Amino acid sequence: MAALAEPGPDQGANRGANPGLDRAEARALRARLWRSERRRQLRAFGLVAPLALFLAVVFVLPIVQMLGAAWHDRSVADAMPRTAAAIASWDRDGPPSEEVYAAIAADLIAGRQTRALALPAQRLNQELTGFRTVIFGTARALPDLGADAPPEGWRDTLTGIDDRWADTAHLVVLQRAARPWTSYYMLHALDMERGLDDRIARQPPDERLFVQLALRTLGIAATVTVVCAVMGFPLAYLLATVSGGVRAVLLVMVLLPFWTSLLVRTAAWIVMLQSEGLVNSALMWTGAIGEPLRLIYNRFGVIAVMSQVLLPFMVLPLYAVMQGISPWYMRAAQSLGAPFATAFRRVYLPQTMPGLAAGTLLVFMLSIGYYITPALVGGRGDQMLSYFIAFYATETANWGLAAALGTMLTGIVAVLFVLYSRVFGTRELSVG
Amino acid sequence: MMRLPPHASRAQRVGYALYLLFCGLVLLFLVAPLIAIVPLAFNEGSFLTYPLSGVSTRWFEAFFASATWQLSIRNTFVVGVCAAALATVLGTMAALGLARAPFPGSRLLMALILSPMVVPLVITALGMFFLFSRLGLTNSLLGLILAHTALGVPFVVITVSATLQGFDTNLPRAAASLGAGPILAFRRVTLPVIAPGVTVGALFAFATSFDEVVVAIFLVGPAQRTLPRQMFSGIRENLDPTIAAAASFMMLISVLLLLAVELLRRRSARMRGLG
Repeated sequence: MAALAEPGPDQGANRGANPGLDRAEARALRARLWRSERRRQLRAFGLVAPLALFLAVVFVLPIVQMLGAAWHDRSVADAMPRTAAAIASWDRDGPPSEEVYAAIAADLIAGRQTRALALPAQRLNQELTGFRTVIFGTARALPDLGADAPPEGWRDTLTGIDDRWADTAHLVVLQRAARPWTSYYMLHALDMERGLDDRIARQPPDERLFVQLALRTLGIAATVTVVCAVMGFPLAYLLATVSGGVRAVLLVMVLLPFWTSLLVRTAAWIVMLQSEGLVNSALMWTGAIGEPLRLIYNRFGVIAVMSQVLLPFMVLPLYAVMQGISPWYMRAAQSLGAPFATAFRRVYLPQTMPGLAAGTLLVFMLSIGYYITPALVGGRGDQMLSYFIAFYATETANWGLAAALGTMLTGIVAVLFVLYSRVFGTRELSVG
Repeated sequence: MMRLPPHASRAQRVGYALYLLFCGLVLLFLVAPLIAIVPLAFNEGSFLTYPLSGVSTRWFEAFFASATWQLSIRNTFVVGVCAAALATVLGTMAALGLARAPFPGSRLLMALILSPMVVPLVITALGMFFLFSRLGLTNSLLGLILAHTALGVPFVVITVSATLQGFDTNLPRAAASLGAGPILAFRRVTLPVIAPGVTVGALFAFATSFDEVVVAIFLVGPAQRTLPRQMFSGIRENLDPTIAAAASFMMLISVLLLLAVELLRRRSARMRGLG
């Protein structure tokens, strides 16, 4: 405050403009101006604060926490604290020391009593199949010795119960999982893994899954975007060039699907595309096909339904831009001798680019996260990232992997959103 | 209409006819499914296929008599109205604040407020499940209301902000100069002018909740099922004409919302002297 009230470098200029204003008066005026500006800002901020707080608590925080599960997992560290402390310093040259095995045995005996082993066993099993049986089998078989070590030592006791306790791969997985921070899920989501030497490499080909899934998701989104652009551009042009009455009718035809619930539209499409549906009946009636085509529960169905659902998001921004383009440019170009096609391509099309870009980005951004439509009208091979995120979180309770895939999806959308708001501002996001 | 000049060549005429045909097909693609499902709700038989085997209202009766559908209608309106009300209050205040921007961080705040629109719904749903399960808010209407408030609020902020852009800031100043305090000036001068925009925002927020199914899948159980959530199960498990009846009912509400919004928009434009 004091710093701003101090006479600045432009003080002289102010004085020149107001010769009657002396130094002290100018300073007081500045201070008052600054205070009132500050009050205005505070009041503005105070009006936004409740919503910002609400969204931070209900929306941002939970998502950040959920996505954090991809990097942070304390299930092993919490349930097996002695193991976590002892195995951290193991250098992987040769077997771990007797203390490490003693810590494992102590944690397993303690966990067996409190039934705390389910979560760490699940976590370890995700990284190395079979680890669950190692944990539970060993925990069951361990003698109830209390603090006394068995005469042959803990290492021989454990490896006697299950020889996988001598296997370096299992021990390395345990050592990594015992740390609270992990890169395992993120690497897994990129079809990569860390070898025993900690070097990052691609997974064996038959285990790779998610890069292809991401490419499929991007591919479906891109196809839907292109289909929407091809259908939306001529329609928007028609909307922008017809006269009032027809335009109102056409606009309602675009807005009605926009307002209709996604579930209603999906149900309607099932009616249209099923094997006894309208499309097949019509095609059979005309004799174009002999038996019903398979139009739904496959890729075609997903693309068709998603395109219809998202088409208004392409048409409306395009229409808004085309409405502002004066028809005189085209007429001028044509009167100067350009054929219609040339005039359209060189004069009209460049002016529609802001609308086309906005619609494209919007449709692509929205389609990439689709879940309901592919789930209802797609086959097994047509599911997108969202489906697998939901699958891993709810069906297999593998929150780490769900969060890693979620980070991937959110990252893509965030980049597109930043791009969109940089280019078009945020107000134009309102369509319809 | 972008008419052809009288001297248009034959090729131009054919091209133009093809263009109109293409647009007609696209419009058919947009609207045909919506129109096709309505008559099936009146089908006498129990299949969702044409031709109809007779006309009856039995599926509407089944829809309105069923306890599960009744419950889902009630839940939908409770959640939709509460979420829209909460979103409208929070969103209108925020839009009024943002209209006085720029202040430090106002761009960041705007991005935060709009983010529920663009973050994939599965991410939102799982995040909220993560939080709400710890707070005991899963399987409760309150949890769903809070979630739908967050999803609907960007629409309120956007529509109210758009209304405020054309708002003459001299009006509240005049009120203040005549001695009205900020609250009185807002209630008697600002609010009546921006009311249509605020209502449109509220309708958008309601429509968002009315359409939302992903969060409802993850967050609530059978007792809190909403209409779309019930439709989702119906489509998956038992696709019969009750679904068509439910779809027709939901479409009717969507049409009413669309009409209300378009009327209010015109009124809003007129009130701000733009119409």
